[in-house]
Amino acid sequence: MEKFTTHTGRAVPLRRSNVDTDQIIPAHWLKKVTRSGFEDGLFEAWRKDEEFVLNRPERQGASVLVAGPEFGTGSSREHAVWALQNYGFQAVVSSRFADIFRGNSLKNGLLTVVLPQETVERLWELTEADPTVEITVDLEAREVRAEGVTAPFELDDNVRWRLLNGLDDISITLQNEADVSAFEATRPSFKPRTLPAA
Amino acid sequence: MGRTLAEKVWDDHVVRRAEGEPDLLYIDLHLLHEVTSPQAFDGLRLAGRQVRRTDLTIATEDHNTPTLDIDKPIADPVSRVQLETLRKNAEEFGVRIHSLGDVEQGVVHVVGPQLGLTQPGMTVVCGDSHTSTHGAFGALAFGIGTSQVEHVLATQTLPLAPFRTMAITVEGELPEGVTAKDLILAVITKIGTGGGQGYVLEYRGSAIRSLSMEARMTICNMSIEAGARAGMIAPDRTTFDYLQGRPHAPQGADWDAAVAYWETLATDEDAVFDAEVFIDAAELTPFVTWGTNPGQGAPLGASVPNPADFEDPQERVAAENALKYMGLEAGTPLREVKVDAVFVGSCTNGRIEDLRAAAAVLEGRRIADGVRMLVVPGSVRVALQAVEEGLDKVFTAAGAEWRHAGCSMCLGMNPDQLAPGERCASTSNRNFEGRQGKGGRTHLVSPQVAAATALVGRLAAPSDLPNNVAVEA
Repeated sequence: MEKFTTHTGRAVPLRRSNVDTDQIIPAHWLKKVTRSGFEDGLFEAWRKDEEFVLNRPERQGASVLVAGPEFGTGSSREHAVWALQNYGFQAVVSSRFADIFRGNSLKNGLLTVVLPQETVERLWELTEADPTVEITVDLEAREVRAEGVTAPFELDDNVRWRLLNGLDDISITLQNEADVSAFEATRPSFKPRTLPAA
Repeated sequence: MGRTLAEKVWDDHVVRRAEGEPDLLYIDLHLLHEVTSPQAFDGLRLAGRQVRRTDLTIATEDHNTPTLDIDKPIADPVSRVQLETLRKNAEEFGVRIHSLGDVEQGVVHVVGPQLGLTQPGMTVVCGDSHTSTHGAFGALAFGIGTSQVEHVLATQTLPLAPFRTMAITVEGELPEGVTAKDLILAVITKIGTGGGQGYVLEYRGSAIRSLSMEARMTICNMSIEAGARAGMIAPDRTTFDYLQGRPHAPQGADWDAAVAYWETLATDEDAVFDAEVFIDAAELTPFVTWGTNPGQGAPLGASVPNPADFEDPQERVAAENALKYMGLEAGTPLREVKVDAVFVGSCTNGRIEDLRAAAAVLEGRRIADGVRMLVVPGSVRVALQAVEEGLDKVFTAAGAEWRHAGCSMCLGMNPDQLAPGERCASTSNRNFEGRQGKGGRTHLVSPQVAAATALVGRLAAPSDLPNNVAVEA
């Protein structure tokens, strides 16, 4: 996983609630067997509208998505995270994220930041008034900063540590392999197996 | 203090608990399908890792599989590559797979329970949000992303953030014609698409206890549509009776030991939930969605709501967008909404009981002119059972299409899709924009409402039909 410490970039205001993962990346894109190449599928249906915020010339190169509540609801597809990253987003700000999407994002180094809806509205107003305004998402300080805005955010210490160091979850778990083996030795015999005993 | 069902199952799977770290949980069953696993297997290969427990892992093909001409090569080359990738990965890593054409093939959440692999007190994961289905057995079951799929393949564990518990208590009897689907749609509208966020839901109360396993699966299946981490129902005699004799159910002394353990899992009387919701079963009616998220629903007897009536500004905008996308006018009675297509199937309502319910409404009748109806069994086993009962003949005689097992029109990954602007009454789980095909419009309904709608050509319940047919809830 890529490290995340701090990021500063221009924003895209997405004034919609309940942006589900089918909107972020439609199902037909999920047939791909790679983690890359999803950028053209990001918000594919909405991008057909020239006026959609992502299509506006002033939003090109922006890297912080500021979205409405319940962002990432629906399917568990990690492709939604890859699509946002492939497109160039480094961080997503919302007042509420769906659990699976949030988990997926933090495992890939896409920082999802929860801020109060009033702060989200303030960031929308700022970037809509001046698209060149930059937003800083600072994981070390656990703070989002923009002109006139300093907003602290919460993130679990362990998750933050993994992100700051770009650590791979599997390697960490494998360090505790002895615990896994010890647990396996205690599993009851009635638990089902998918294969006949070897 | 007592513990809830969810807390008991969690506690029984903690491999490692340390200050400042998430609990590391053991995973009893890992279900795989073609869409969310290829990148996980790639990760294993890159790191030189194996699948730790192939004997706790099983794969099936469902999302991409066609429901017609399954004996011919899959026409879409990208879908074909994805299915072939799963087959190659299963062979290389030694994972059991049920491919298209196999008698155990089907939608992953139908296959696990019917094989008896899903049992009470287990932890079950799959790279699919509707893994919550398996919670109907009193298992802690949840959808995971591809990074987590790789983690489970490599370690058979997952580090997991703590959860909160919510009781959804439904007391009383469901009125005639009101089903598990109506109940869960009403729950989602009540608590919202984010209402379950961070929670494991436990469905309880007399109305839940009286439901069959199929109906319980329908309810737990859609827990994710309320944003929940998982949904569960305490195992009881209904659960044990469903499991006994299935291919992977315990046998002999193991069965007795298992039942003795399963009986300890129910929430203790003095356990406290972090949140509680109460629902009076008697007040429920057939329920349908009018919008583009599963929380935008209403009783079939209601009208399309007026966005101006929503107090919350976000909800108001969402309702405006939804009506525009859905091509609906505020104030239109839902019973006047005409449909082009009807879909019966999916991991929500693709089990034998669902097909029986739809067939009971259709029997001896013809679907309305201009309506296309697809009936898609959730698995090959469900299809075989339906044929044995003659349900396939009821469907075709009514003018519906009887298809092979798969995810079909629940999501736009295989040939079964809506055309832009087409409107569908669907027994699936998501009414998101474009979910059933680009520009398609989805109304989520029960199998009974789906069948009645196909007959009338407008959203309808069996009670709306001339010579009203009596239908078991």
